[in-house]
Amino acid sequence: MTPLLHALGVTVRYGALTALDNVDLRVEHGQRHALIGPNGAGKTTLLDVLGGATRAGGGRVLLAGRDVTRLGPAARARRGVGRIHQRPAVWSTLTATENVVVAALPNAVRPGRWRPGARRCAAERTAGAWLERMGLGDVGAVPAGRLAHGQRRQLEIAMALAGRPRLLLLDEPAAGLSVVEVARLVEFLRALPRAVAVLLVEHRLDLVYALCDQVSVLRDGRTVATGTPAEIRASGPVRQAYAEGVSLCCARSGCVPATPTGSCCTR
Amino acid sequence: MRDEAVRALRRGVAVLVLAALVLAPWTVDDYTVALLARTLALGLVGVSVALLTGVAGLPTLGQTAPYAAGAYASAVLGSRLSDVAVVHLVVAAAAGAALAAATVPLVVYARGVIVLMITLAIGELVVTVVGRWRSVTGGSDGLAGVPPVRPVWGLPVLATDRARYLYALVVVAVLVGAVLLVLHTRVGLLLRAGRDDEARLRASGHRVPAHVAVVHVAAGAVAGAAGSLLVVAQQFVSPADFGFDTSALLLLGVVVGGATSVGGALVGAVIVVAGRDWLFGVLPGYAPLVLGLAFVVTVYLLPGDGHRSAGGPGRLLPGLPASPGGRERPAPTGART
Amino acid sequence: MAVDTRIDPYLVPALDGVAYGLLVFVAAAGLVLCFGVAGILNLAHGTLYAIGGYTAAALLDGGWSSLLLALAVGTVAATAAGALVAGLLTRVAARSHLTQALLTFGLALVGGSLLVAAFGPDDPPVRVPAALDGSVAVAGHRYAAYRLVFIVVAAVLAGLLHVAVRRTRAGMLVRAAVDDAEMVAVLGVNPAWIRLGVLAAAGALAGAAGVLGAPIIGPGPDTADAVLLLSLVVVVLGGLGSMGGTLLAALAVGQIQTLGVALAPSAAPFLLFAAMAAVLAVRARGLATARRAS
Repeated sequence: MTPLLHALGVTVRYGALTALDNVDLRVEHGQRHALIGPNGAGKTTLLDVLGGATRAGGGRVLLAGRDVTRLGPAARARRGVGRIHQRPAVWSTLTATENVVVAALPNAVRPGRWRPGARRCAAERTAGAWLERMGLGDVGAVPAGRLAHGQRRQLEIAMALAGRPRLLLLDEPAAGLSVVEVARLVEFLRALPRAVAVLLVEHRLDLVYALCDQVSVLRDGRTVATGTPAEIRASGPVRQAYAEGVSLCCARSGCVPATPTGSCCTR
Repeated sequence: MRDEAVRALRRGVAVLVLAALVLAPWTVDDYTVALLARTLALGLVGVSVALLTGVAGLPTLGQTAPYAAGAYASAVLGSRLSDVAVVHLVVAAAAGAALAAATVPLVVYARGVIVLMITLAIGELVVTVVGRWRSVTGGSDGLAGVPPVRPVWGLPVLATDRARYLYALVVVAVLVGAVLLVLHTRVGLLLRAGRDDEARLRASGHRVPAHVAVVHVAAGAVAGAAGSLLVVAQQFVSPADFGFDTSALLLLGVVVGGATSVGGALVGAVIVVAGRDWLFGVLPGYAPLVLGLAFVVTVYLLPGDGHRSAGGPGRLLPGLPASPGGRERPAPTGART
Repeated sequence: MAVDTRIDPYLVPALDGVAYGLLVFVAAAGLVLCFGVAGILNLAHGTLYAIGGYTAAALLDGGWSSLLLALAVGTVAATAAGALVAGLLTRVAARSHLTQALLTFGLALVGGSLLVAAFGPDDPPVRVPAALDGSVAVAGHRYAAYRLVFIVVAAVLAGLLHVAVRRTRAGMLVRAAVDDAEMVAVLGVNPAWIRLGVLAAAGALAGAAGVLGAPIIGPGPDTADAVLLLSLVVVVLGGLGSMGGTLLAALAVGQIQTLGVALAPSAAPFLLFAAMAAVLAVRARGLATARRAS
């Protein structure tokens, strides 16, 4: 069966620096796929390439078998790619509800009969439902710029889902969240319908092992391993690659890995 | 606190100015009424500037281009078609929109200071063309004696300055009302979102260049309609009406009016233009000096953009790369690994 | 021979075009610096040129020494004016491009009216050095000697500018800033000093252009606007930020304004417009995609 997302030989260079070197990645329909690796391995760059924000210097990106390599982020979003950014990106002067409404518009279901405002009305109802699900029911009328960091993250997830994606690209969604918020996030991602595939970049391996059924390890811009969480846990080179990365990033941020597998560097 | 005070002050001034606009033709002499009618036309151009600058985040110095196109289309084409002002208005709006549409490729990918430069260059080139195209536009002498018009079929000709002024006032009120209504729909939502974070809008699947193109053409149509009002108001049109100082003055008016508010832009532009006309009346020799100082002082006194940075005109404010990088699309949201 | 007679009548306008183009280039180079390095649309740029022009009109008396004196005084005065603009911009540095543009426009109005108050509302006559007042024979035509010398001097200036931007440390900083504004901040250079340096340099260029170019685009109440807009068109045509492109655009605009007017008087302004539209339309797309291909 054609995978939902297939990246073939993706290469990105910034001058002399090779950020991604011939990366292959397959995400099946409905799969929960994690992308792990040390800082600077190229994880966010790969998400940027898959989302269309960065154009790859080489290689191809197929979405459900169709070549989308040359399409920009907007066209890919309309084809069902939703994106959660590392730093929550919301429209700060718009209210939380309006944020979700605007995000939902491109892929909104058209109401059968046109009445003035029908589309917006429907969009607002859906938006309210999404906010409710993300625990933002009571801040719908608050400008997004005034929301706390964790709320903005939740809002961005609501926005992405309101756009009815087939594939959700999540870039460190747990970063900067409180313990309660992380728990809610995990619960929420678990409850996501299988119609939505997830590609998750995450440093916290406990979250990765709890949520995902496939893990790819990226290091120095290459995929060094792909497999089930159990396989990845068992594979020596991967542990080594990741352990090096962990010690590296811990040396940089001065934190201590909380578990042997290392959940650190939550910025 | 200061925000609230500024807002209250702005609202008070707006109410006063609107009341004065309605009562003006019965309280001042004919010459001033004619001047005010022209000021109203400029106020409408100010609205189109605010639409681009404040609402869509594309700072422009070139709205005199569609304004001029509208004025000349109204004076040259409209006069041959009919003596009904509404026909002129439509012709002028179409001309303004057409010119704006033709220049869409030039502004659609540019941002920040680049837009200022490009629009200024476009505006000036249009005025140059108008000044040189003697056979149609009358060159720098302009077109005098544009025949009077009737507002709609069946009504008498607008023969007095007061009638022309009231016509202009009604048209401005209707058009500004229409713009406000449209901005209240999701169109306004999309424009504000684009101003806040354009990359996020693309990441959600919106066709941002199309939004920019539509708002640019719409602003062109509004400015074109204002051109028709100018011709009705002064029955004369010349390149001097579309100078570079007019663009700067309008921009100042829009900034004074609050940049993101369309009604504020109308009031701000009217105040600034009326102030300029008054200044040239009382201090003919020193008017540019005083006007220049007024620019400097106003810029210094305006509340800093800083307090609006969370919710202000995004594309004008954030640290857009000042280089040719400024014309590239803003970097994708979210930091890189 | 046949070719000669066909080209012949256009030789003088074409040479004029070169002189005009080089003049506009030297004036526009300052504008490129301002907006490329500091992100400022300096609407008072034309006024800096006018300062040079008025200085030339006031000081030139037909002798060589007066030319040198005028060049020194005009350049220094315009440099100081540029520095003044930079100083006044400091307070609004954190604000939008729009605010900065409005401030410089106000300064242009003030400067313009001060110049008119000092030198009168008429276009003052400019006396070139007596030795250059005559004309010389160029391919069988009489051509104003001053313009010929101007072409050489302006070409030397353009060359010096090229060397300064390509070879010196300051030039490297300038190029770095044009490529990436944040880069200079990373290098630890204070943006206020960059603004000061850039606006002063732009003032020096505009002032020198104003003095030397006074016999070509003379001082007067309309000079500032005319020079600003010509420079602006040239900068936009030149691809916004490239000195080489600006030079080419300036030479092209010079030819359009002289040879173009001689060949097709009614089409010249349209030609300028069409050229700008074409260049922008092509470049806008090119730049928008260039960033993506990494």
